[in-house]
Amino acid sequence: MEDYWNLKINEIKKSFKSNDKYNKWKEKTLKPWNQKTGYKDKKYKNSSDMDIKELYTEDDVPENMDKILGNPGEYPFTRGIYPNMYRGRLWTMRMFSGFGTPDDTNKRLKYLIKNGETGLSIAFDMPTLYGYDCDSKRSVGEVGKCGVNVSSLMDMERIFDGIDLSRISTSMTINAPAAILTAMYFVLAEKNNTDLKDISGTVQADILKEYIAQKEWMYPPEAHLRLIRDMLVYSIKNVPRWNYISVSGYHIREAGSSAVQELAFTLADGFYYIDLGIKAGLNIDDFAPRMSFFFNSSINFFEEIAKFRAARRIWATVLKEKYGAKNPKSMMLKFHTQTSGYTLTWQQPLNNIVRTTIEAMAAIMGGTQSLHTNSYDEAWALPTDDAVKVALRTQQILAEETGISDVIDPLGGSYYLERLTSEMEEEAYKYFAEIDKMGGVLNAIKSGYIQKEIAETSYRRQLNIENNEETIVGVNKYIDENEKPINTLKITDIAENDQLRKLKDLKSKRDNTKVNESLNKLREAMKDENINLMPYIMECVKNYATLEEISNVGREIYGEWKEPKIY
Amino acid sequence: MENGRNRKYTEAPIKILLAKPAIDGHDRGIFVLARAFRDAGMDVIYAGLLPTPEEVVDTAINEDVDVIALSLLNGAHLTAFKNVMDILNKKDVHDIAVVGGGIIPDDDKPILEKMGVTGNFGPGTPLKIIIKHVRERAMEVRKIKEDEYK
Repeated sequence: MEDYWNLKINEIKKSFKSNDKYNKWKEKTLKPWNQKTGYKDKKYKNSSDMDIKELYTEDDVPENMDKILGNPGEYPFTRGIYPNMYRGRLWTMRMFSGFGTPDDTNKRLKYLIKNGETGLSIAFDMPTLYGYDCDSKRSVGEVGKCGVNVSSLMDMERIFDGIDLSRISTSMTINAPAAILTAMYFVLAEKNNTDLKDISGTVQADILKEYIAQKEWMYPPEAHLRLIRDMLVYSIKNVPRWNYISVSGYHIREAGSSAVQELAFTLADGFYYIDLGIKAGLNIDDFAPRMSFFFNSSINFFEEIAKFRAARRIWATVLKEKYGAKNPKSMMLKFHTQTSGYTLTWQQPLNNIVRTTIEAMAAIMGGTQSLHTNSYDEAWALPTDDAVKVALRTQQILAEETGISDVIDPLGGSYYLERLTSEMEEEAYKYFAEIDKMGGVLNAIKSGYIQKEIAETSYRRQLNIENNEETIVGVNKYIDENEKPINTLKITDIAENDQLRKLKDLKSKRDNTKVNESLNKLREAMKDENINLMPYIMECVKNYATLEEISNVGREIYGEWKEPKIY
Repeated sequence: MENGRNRKYTEAPIKILLAKPAIDGHDRGIFVLARAFRDAGMDVIYAGLLPTPEEVVDTAINEDVDVIALSLLNGAHLTAFKNVMDILNKKDVHDIAVVGGGIIPDDDKPILEKMGVTGNFGPGTPLKIIIKHVRERAMEVRKIKEDEYK
């Protein structure tokens, strides 16, 4: 396998031409100019630690450009996965939303739909993300704070009350208890008499990046990977329009990685899930088309666009060459993008609208399938209605006023961008080879290698900011001494108390015999690795077993997880 | 950044425990701080993810740290920081300083100060300001320790 990666690295190296034109120009024109004007040359780098030249020429475009680019809708999809891209269909405007009680969130979702949002995306609170109910001792003070609280199917019913699941797609950012929330969504559809074949959406479910970056898990990796296998197999057979995983670089980037680290670690995770599906006995062309991705769009405009293009090219190439996929849909990397939360500043928050706009432009020019734009107040708190509206309007302005979505891959062929795309690709392949040397991505995570790579990158960057080598407007330059606080969304304890009351009520009204029976059946099924757990979890959910009750079955059988030393 | 050269020979490095005492996985900041404190010559312990407030206090006492640095970005600081302070007070521990940071609204800062959690630094705070504050608090509690032996 390592050989394959090295082969790819050599191919890319060979495609780089000599840099005669640039060198000649530098000697003849640039150097004398710099000497005359007294300009001292310094190194320019992007987040991926790549040297950036002041000029790119036609020599920087790879030798075999036509072949490695491909036309839109054609292998290797560098320019876009669909032949007509945004002319056929705009990207989905999907705003990540959730706070307080399910009723609060229901109101926010309806507000966004009314304002032109075209897909839903649910943010859950910390207890939900870790598989604890609102009445857990650990949840005190956290209910509804970072997202909406879901302790049982009842809460899902409240979130989606009055929303037709067959007409709008939903993305759920849930990982450790993904199988349970997915089961809730499926059961909810069934209860509303919606055929599972008609619902569409995405569950994040990418546990590898949790160990790498977001740090939300319940069990050791093997247990979560079994549940992912079960979700994958179940949805491929029963819910054909469901994306059973969203392999996520977003959190890897937010945890401090560079663009190329985000690219490499995310795709390495993606390959692992491909292996998982193959091991489960599925044909690659049956399940690969339903795998989706989620990337960050940060502030270095060209670097981000190159990253998105490189991601598509690598995925298509590896799926075809290494895995032998035949269906072009298996080779198409489709992805959601969120603008970078890390680049939002607490200082002078209105500046964040500008940052988000530029990041959104990079995502669109990079060919994203759906987009979340952050609100300007999110370094302070969860966003207010007004702030979210500006963020959504930003997308609408980009889509309908600027013309940037009229042309597919508008920067394709740019000397700089093509070179950067190839360099991104090369560096990613180097990481794949490195990871394989360690025995694969799971080992690289368990040993803490990937986490340490990210933490070191993040620290170096912070030191650059401290030393003013990197500028952040309003933070280490152009500081405003007289800043005033902004209006923020306040989440009171009312949400927590309301959730506690409703859960208590549910526990007294449901059929507890049925709850226990279904939990026991799940427990027995879990002991046999060959059984698909989805039907068992759905049965528990139907009986209103709570999130934590179901999660605890796994905690009993699989135990908990302690992360390797990263610091 | 200060490199510790100013310290007196006899002085042991400042020992600091970093912890996120709630269900909160946002650990980018705490890892940056761990490295910054280390490079400033401190002895750094990281409590790992999801420690309970009891675990945080027990580790602090067993490791005999000067400072506990708490970080939360999930909005639960008022409850979680208070839990840590309550346990420290219950155990009658007054020679460990507690500092805080994360996404903390201005309105909450005086409440935390009153509990005894100082600093409460937000995003964009220069590392040197945080390090300076930690040093000051460490010296304060070391003074308390010295006085206890008198």
